[in-house]
Amino acid sequence: MRKLTIVRKAVLVAAVGIPHDEQAFLEYVQAGGQVETADWMPEDYRRKLIKFIEMHGNSELMGVLPEREWILRAPTLQRKLALTAKVQDEVGHAQLIYRVVEDLGKPREQCLADLVDGKAKFHNVFHYPTKTWGDVGVIAWLVDAAAIISQKALLKCSYAPYARIMKKICWEESFHILHGRDVILAMVTGTPQQFELVQEALDRWWGPLMQFHGNPISKDEDPMYLWRIKSQGNEEARQQFLEGYVPQIRELGLTVPDPKLRKRDDGVWEYTEPDWDELKHVVTGHGPKTEERLAFRRRFLEQERWVRDAVLAA
Amino acid sequence: MSEQALLGLADDELVLGWRDSEWTGIAPMLEEDVAFSSIAQNEIGHARAVYSLLSDDPDALAFDRPAEEYRCSPLVELHLLEWGHTIARRWLYEVADEIRITALKDDSHQAVAGLAAKIDREEAYHRMHAEMWHDRLREEPRFRKAVEELWPYALGVLPSELRGELVARVGLSEVEAIERGTHTAELAPLWEEMTMVRRSAPAGAQW
Amino acid sequence: MPALPVPERTPVWEVFRKEKRGAAFEHAGSVVAPDADFAEAWAREQYGRRGESVALWLVPRDAIRDVEDWADEFDLKYRRVDGYSIKARLKEARERAGTAGPR
Repeated sequence: MRKLTIVRKAVLVAAVGIPHDEQAFLEYVQAGGQVETADWMPEDYRRKLIKFIEMHGNSELMGVLPEREWILRAPTLQRKLALTAKVQDEVGHAQLIYRVVEDLGKPREQCLADLVDGKAKFHNVFHYPTKTWGDVGVIAWLVDAAAIISQKALLKCSYAPYARIMKKICWEESFHILHGRDVILAMVTGTPQQFELVQEALDRWWGPLMQFHGNPISKDEDPMYLWRIKSQGNEEARQQFLEGYVPQIRELGLTVPDPKLRKRDDGVWEYTEPDWDELKHVVTGHGPKTEERLAFRRRFLEQERWVRDAVLAA
Repeated sequence: MSEQALLGLADDELVLGWRDSEWTGIAPMLEEDVAFSSIAQNEIGHARAVYSLLSDDPDALAFDRPAEEYRCSPLVELHLLEWGHTIARRWLYEVADEIRITALKDDSHQAVAGLAAKIDREEAYHRMHAEMWHDRLREEPRFRKAVEELWPYALGVLPSELRGELVARVGLSEVEAIERGTHTAELAPLWEEMTMVRRSAPAGAQW
Repeated sequence: MPALPVPERTPVWEVFRKEKRGAAFEHAGSVVAPDADFAEAWAREQYGRRGESVALWLVPRDAIRDVEDWADEFDLKYRRVDGYSIKARLKEARERAGTAGPR
C-alpha cells in the first residue's frame, strides 16, 4: 500500500471538477472537501469506503441478534416497546447504510451474501453472548455510547451521502442511550440481585468495550483518517468514551473491572492494555457467537428468498 | 362488550404483538422489517390501552396471570416463523379485527367506544399493509395454502354472530372454527419466555 | 447520464420529507420498493415512526433529472452579488458630498 503523505497546507479545489488525480483528491478531502456519489474518486478511496461502510451496515444488522431475544423476555410493556423500537432503529440504520453502499456499486444482496458466508466483518461486540437483562441495559447504555462517539465523528466524513445518514443515525441512537441508562438505573436502585445483574454484565462487557474503538494506530498511519473517511483517531474515541462514561458508571456504585484504570493529572486515562489478539481473532469470525449468529441469518435469508423474488421483481 | 371479551381482545393483541415482534431483524427485506416492527409495537400498545381500561396495573394483567388464564384466540398463539404463514395470519387477523373493532365503536361504554375509535384509526395503516401483501402474494401457492390452514383459527377470533361477515370478506367457505377458550400447546412455551425475566424478581420489583 | 445508479430489478424511490408545516421538502434518503404502495408503506415507517415528518414525497429515482453543470466562460459578474464594488463607490460618493465621517 502506498504511503499517503499528509498535506499541511490547506488547498481548496473547486467542487465542480475534482481533478482525476489521487494526490489532488487527497488534498481536497483533507481540506474538508465533500465527495458525492457521481464524483470521480480514487479506486483505493472507493474500495476502503465501501469496506468501511459495509462493515458498519453489517454491524447494525448483527447487533440486532443479541438483543432480539430480550424483546421477547422484556419484563414490562414499556420496556418491551422501548427495546423493540431500539432494535427496529438498528435495522433502519442497516437499511440506510446498505443504500449508501449500493449506490457506491455493491448491491445489498451481495453484502448480505458476503456477511453470512463469513467474508465480511462486523464489530467485535456483536460476536459475544448476552446472558441476562443486565446485558440489555449495559448494551443499550454503554455499547451504544461507544458507537455514538464514532458516529458523531462520522458526521464529518468526506463522503457526503454517508455523513448525511449519520445525522438520522445519531439522533436515533440518543434515544437508545436514554433507554439503556433508564434500564440500568431501575436495576441499580432495585433489589441487590438486580444490582448484581448489572455489575456482572459490566464485568463481562468491559473487555469488548475497551477493544471497540480499535487498536491505537496513529491517525497519520490510518488510511481511513488520511482519506477523511474517519475524522477521529481510535485512541481519541476511546479516551472520549472513558472520560464521558467512567464517572457515570462509578457514581452508580458500580465497579469498572480494571484495577489499572485511572485518570492522569494531564487528563489522559490509563488502563490495562486490551487484548488486541482477541479483537483480531473475534472480528475475523471466531467470536463465541459468530458462527451461530451467521447461521441464523443465513437460515432466514435462504428461507425467505422466495418472498424477495415475489415482491422485488417490479 | 363484556370484560372477558375485552380481555380476549387485549390478550390477542399482546400475544400477536409478541409473535410479530419476533420478526424484528429477520424479515425478508430491511424496509419491511422496519414497517413490520411498527405494527408489532402498535399491537402491544393497543393491548396496554385495553388492559388499562380493565386494571390500574396493565403490566400485572399482561404478565402475572398463569398461562391458562389468558383469553387469547388460538390463532395468535401459533409460532409461525415463516413469512407466508405470518403474512397470512396478519391478513386474516386484520380482516377479523376490523369486524370486531367496528362493533366495539358502538359499545355502550364511552371509554370502550372511544378507545375502539382510536385503535381503528391506527389499524387503518395495518390494513393497508396487509392488503398490500395480500395483493402481492395471492397467486403464490404457499400463501394460499397458509391462508387455508389458518382459516379455521381465524374464524375462532370472532364470536359466532360476526363470522358471516368474515366469511364474506375472505371468500372461503365457513368451516368448523378452532374456538377461543382452549389453548394450543404453543402458549405454554411462549408464556415461559415472555415472563422469565419478570418472574426472576419478587412481585412488585421495578424494571 | 443519471447521477445515481439504478439497481437492476427493483426501483429506488427517493424520499423527500417535510419536517414541519411551512418547511420545504428536503431529501431524506431512499427505499427500494416494487411500486408506490410498498414505497409508501415502507417510507412511512423509516421516515415517520417517531413523528419526525409531517409529509413525504416519494419519487422514482429515474423520474429525477439531475443537473450539475453550468458554463461560466465570460465572467458575467453582474449576475452575482460579488460583481459590484459598492463599498468603494459609496465611500467616494460620501467624500465628494462631504457626508463622510462617523455616523
